[in-house]
Order: sequence, then structure tokens, then C-alpha cells
Amino acid sequence: MDELKRFALEIRIETLNMLSRHGFGHVGGSLSIADALAVLYGKQMRYDPKNPKWEGRDYLVLSKGHCGPALYSALAIKGFFPREELLTINKLGTRLPSHTDKNLTPGIDMTTGSLGQGVSCALGMALGLKVQGKPNLVYAIIGDGEAQEGQVWETMLIAPNKGLDNFIVLLDNNRQQLDGFTNDISSLGDVCKKAEAFGWFVVDVDGHDVAAIDQAIEECKRSDKPGFINLNTIKGKGWPAKEAVLGNHALRGAAFEGVDEALADLRRQLEEMQ
Amino acid sequence: MVKLVKGIIEDIELTRAYNQQLIALARENPKIVDVEADVGNCIFGPEFQKVFPDRYINLGLCEQSLSSVSAGMSAVGLIPFCHTFAVFASRRMCDQNYISVAYAKNNVKIIASAPGISSGENGGTHHACEDIALVRPIPNIVIMDPADSTAMRWAVRKAAETFGVFYIRAERLKGYRVYEEDSEFELGKANVIRNGKDVTLIAEGSLILNNCLKAAEILEKKGISARVVDIFTIKPIDVDTIVRCARETGAIVTAENHSITGGLGSAVAEVLCDNNCVVPMKRIGIPNRFGEVAQPDELLEVMHMTEKDIAEAAETVIAEKKRNEK
Ligand SMILES: Cc1ncc(C[n+]2csc(CCOP(=O)(O)OP(=O)(O)O)c2C)c(N)n1
Ligand SMILES: [Mg+2]
Repeated sequence: MDELKRFALEIRIETLNMLSRHGFGHVGGSLSIADALAVLYGKQMRYDPKNPKWEGRDYLVLSKGHCGPALYSALAIKGFFPREELLTINKLGTRLPSHTDKNLTPGIDMTTGSLGQGVSCALGMALGLKVQGKPNLVYAIIGDGEAQEGQVWETMLIAPNKGLDNFIVLLDNNRQQLDGFTNDISSLGDVCKKAEAFGWFVVDVDGHDVAAIDQAIEECKRSDKPGFINLNTIKGKGWPAKEAVLGNHALRGAAFEGVDEALADLRRQLEEMQ
Repeated sequence: MVKLVKGIIEDIELTRAYNQQLIALARENPKIVDVEADVGNCIFGPEFQKVFPDRYINLGLCEQSLSSVSAGMSAVGLIPFCHTFAVFASRRMCDQNYISVAYAKNNVKIIASAPGISSGENGGTHHACEDIALVRPIPNIVIMDPADSTAMRWAVRKAAETFGVFYIRAERLKGYRVYEEDSEFELGKANVIRNGKDVTLIAEGSLILNNCLKAAEILEKKGISARVVDIFTIKPIDVDTIVRCARETGAIVTAENHSITGGLGSAVAEVLCDNNCVVPMKRIGIPNRFGEVAQPDELLEVMHMTEKDIAEAAETVIAEKKRNEK
């Protein structure tokens, strides 16, 4: 588990480094999924960085595609492409655009950016694998703001009806969206109860506890229903000044003030763990 | 009559001008409501909310509902101004805009921010290259991409006063002032903002209009006199002005922050065909390709939408005109 914790720290460091050097990016929601990505790419998912299209791989769709930078960090750390490439984020001609793109980046299996669509695409992948009798699993990460999209709830209805036990949705429930706090705009209410009522196998966890996330995925794998993991997270997690505050969705220019201290602090934490 | 201003960079974005005007109008008219879908911050929505907390409705992330809910609010007497990014206001809301809003003859104003390539760094998924093409076939809809803050203020007032569907693009980047504040506009009437006799450059929107003015200056140095027209409303389109420009200058270049398919260029070509005045013409705009991540000014180069590209296109159509005359 210490290794997963270190991996999560490294994801946060790479993410903050690339976005602050570039001067723009979706910091808050990238930081909140670092732990989930660490568990997925550090332990749970089957993949081969040297052969990203390996047939035996599990799939991840980052439905909240604006958080590509966190996923790129995980992929680079695991060797899908050189770490230096992270610094090309959003530059003309890059393979790393702000929203994930399956035609550009090794290790990205679905193009997202228009919220709500990715999770349906993931459902399609799970369904398609099942129809072909294949054992691969499909994961999707959605945002709590994203979960206000009607298309998400179409997926919520369809997956249990089609018996997709090879499908696990992780909700990055960081309680914030672009315009503010989700509960002030349109609350998801008791989202676990809702998912359960739709026929999902539901686990409610601390989304920054790698052991708990790992355990939750194990349970979902054992279940014969599609899995729904409610990750209780903090938007901006890892950069204390940006945690759960307004204005942490996307940062530009001067809003990155203080990032050097935040990075130094994260690097120190990483050293202490080694 | 419109009065022209030359060469001043705006001190506010068109999204800000929109927001200020909506607040001013909402003071006069209690039926105006601002309906948002989680990108209200990107059009200064919280400013409206401060003044009219009960008339600022943020539905959350649900663009299809944004359109239909606005239609419902209109059906009980309100005047909803509903806003999201242009990509979602057109693509995601397409059927809802068509049926709930337009077909049902509801009084909804659709505000589409970050049009065309102006959301550069959000990448290809966020470039609204085809929104005009998607809404243009809707009967009776008014489509505008205001060239500056004066035009924007006029557009928002006109939309509030007129029963019907408006689709208004709202640029997030700061552009150039074109019009004096006390300019008088007319719905469906294009504005000639530079006189010329050899070719007409017809533009839409603030991002590219200024490139047309710069192109006209490049051309002037080569002894070519270029007329520049701000189309003002893309629908209804000003048939008279387009036909007159075609007859008087004999060559046309259109320039738009949109795909060259289905937008301004197509609309102008339709006018030329329908009115027996086909002249050499070229369309500048996003070519037949998807967007990509980069800064807006880099994208203007990549997509061949700079003043140089416009000037070159102008020289090409003028050469064609001369060949035809022989
Ligand atoms: C369909 C759609 N509408 C609007 C947007 C613009 N947008 C990007 S991120 C975002 C907020 C998302 O909130 P949430 O899903 O909670 O993500 P997180 O908090 O993890 O960043 C919005 C409105 C979009 N990408 N897609
Ligand atoms: Mg969120």
C-alpha cells in the first residue's frame, strides 16, 4: 500500500508541475482522482505499457476528460511514454491535449471532453466485450457535476439491465463543479442509495484511502452486478491552499501562485516515504 | 446609421458586455431570467446572480434540459436567456432547440460562448466549428455573432424585445471596438465598415473581422481597394447588401470563425446563386478538419484564417474576375 501512496504522490507532483509550468489547466479535479488512478494503474488494472493495445488489457475511460493531466501523469510514470513529454501538455502538436483523446495518446482508449458521453462509451465497451465473450474489465471515472447529465442516468439504467458485471464506475465525488459547490447547484442527494435502487453493487469509500479503494474494487469484481464506487474526495487534494475552495476548478496564470511551495511539500512527503 | 470607431482594443470581453446588458435589461423587465448549466462563471453569471438571486437559475450540468427547461419557462411567460459553451448550445441541445424551443414557437434566447476556435486550449472537443451550420436551418431563428461590445449590447436588447428564438455567439476573447456606442443597427442589415471597389470581404464575429480590416490594409499597399462588410446577422442574411457588393466589386471573400461548411460562407454563396449574381468567391474559415489544442492565435495560423490568408484569397478572386472579363 505504501507503494500506491507513493504513486499517488508522484501523480500529484507531475500533474501540478506540468500544469503550473504551462500556466493553465484543470487542477482541482485532476488532484482529486490521483489516489484512484494510483490503485487502478498501480495494482488493479491489467495493461502493458510497451504494448498499449494489448488485447488482454482492462480499459479505463476518463469520462471527466478535463482531468487528462492526472491520467497522463500515471501513464508516464508507468512507462507508456517518456515523462518529459508531460511538459508538452496543451502545446500545439502535442500528444497530450487537455481532454483525453484516444487517437493521440498511448494508453488512452476513449476520447472524452463532452461530459456524460464517456461513461456511455465505457458501457458500450463493457457490453461489446461481453457480447464477444471476453474477460476484460472496463472502468469509468465520472465527476459529481458530470453526474447531473441525463446521459449518465441512462447508463445507470442500462448497465444493470444488461447484466454488466465487467463494468465498474468510480464517482469522483469531490462536491464541486465548475460554478461552485454541487450541493448549491443541484445536489446528487444520496447517490449510493440511488445507484443501489438502479441495480448496482455499491461501495462508499474515502477516495483518498488507497487501501479502501483497492478493497472496494475487489468487492466489485466479486459481485455479479455492475460496480459503483462512490469516492468521497476533496477537490484540489494535495495542494492545501486549493482544497475544497471556490475557484480551484481550472487555474490560469497568477492563480498558480504558491505552487512551488505546494510542490516542495509534496516532494518532501515523497522523500519521507522512501 | 452605424458610426465607426477605429483601432481601439476593447476594455471588456463580449461575454462581459453581454452580462452587463442583461443586468440592465433585467432591471427594466422582470420577465428576463438567466438560465445556466454550470458554465455561468464563464459569462460573469455571478454578477447577475448578485442583483437578481431569484432570477439566476443554475440547473447544473444538463444542457439538454437547459434548452427544454427554458422552453417551459417561456411557455409560462418568462424570457429565458440560456447560456452554455457554443459546442454544447448547438450540438448537445440540437433536438431540444429544434423541437422544444423553435418548433413549439417559444421565446428563448440561446447564448453560445467561446465560439469557433476561441476556446483554443480546451482542444478539439470544445471548438464550435459547426454551431451555425446546425442552427441555421431552423426556421425564423435569428443568428448573430456580434463584432464588438456595442453590437453585443444592441443584440441582447433586440433579443429581449423581440418574441422569438435568438442564437447569439459570445466571444470570450477581447477584440477591437468597431462601432460607436450610439450606432443604430437594423436586424437583418449588414454594415459596410470600409469602402472599396475591387473586392468585398464579408466577415462575421469579432475574432476575424479585425483580420479582414488588416487584410484590407495589406491589399491597399498593393493598390487593391477592398470593401469590408460586417454581416451583423447571419440569419436573416442581408440579401440586398450581398447582391450589391457582388455587382459593384465583382469578387467576394467570406471570413468566419466557423467551418467553411454551413456557416457564413455557405449562406453568402446561397445568396449569390439564388439571385443570379455568381461572382468569383472564396471562403476563409475552419477547413474540413477537426480542431486541436493550441492558443487561439496559433490556431488562426493552423486553420489559415490570418489576414495574410484573407488577402491572398482576395487576390485570387480578383484575378479570377479579371480572367472572366477577358
Ligand atoms: C457537456 C459538457 N458541459 C460542460 C462542460 C464544461 N465543463 C468542464 S468541467 C465542468 C465541471 C465538471 O464538474 P465535475 O464533473 O464535478 O468535475 P470535477 O469536479 O472533477 O472537476 C464543466 C461544466 C463540459 N466539458 N461538457
Ligand atoms: Mg466535482
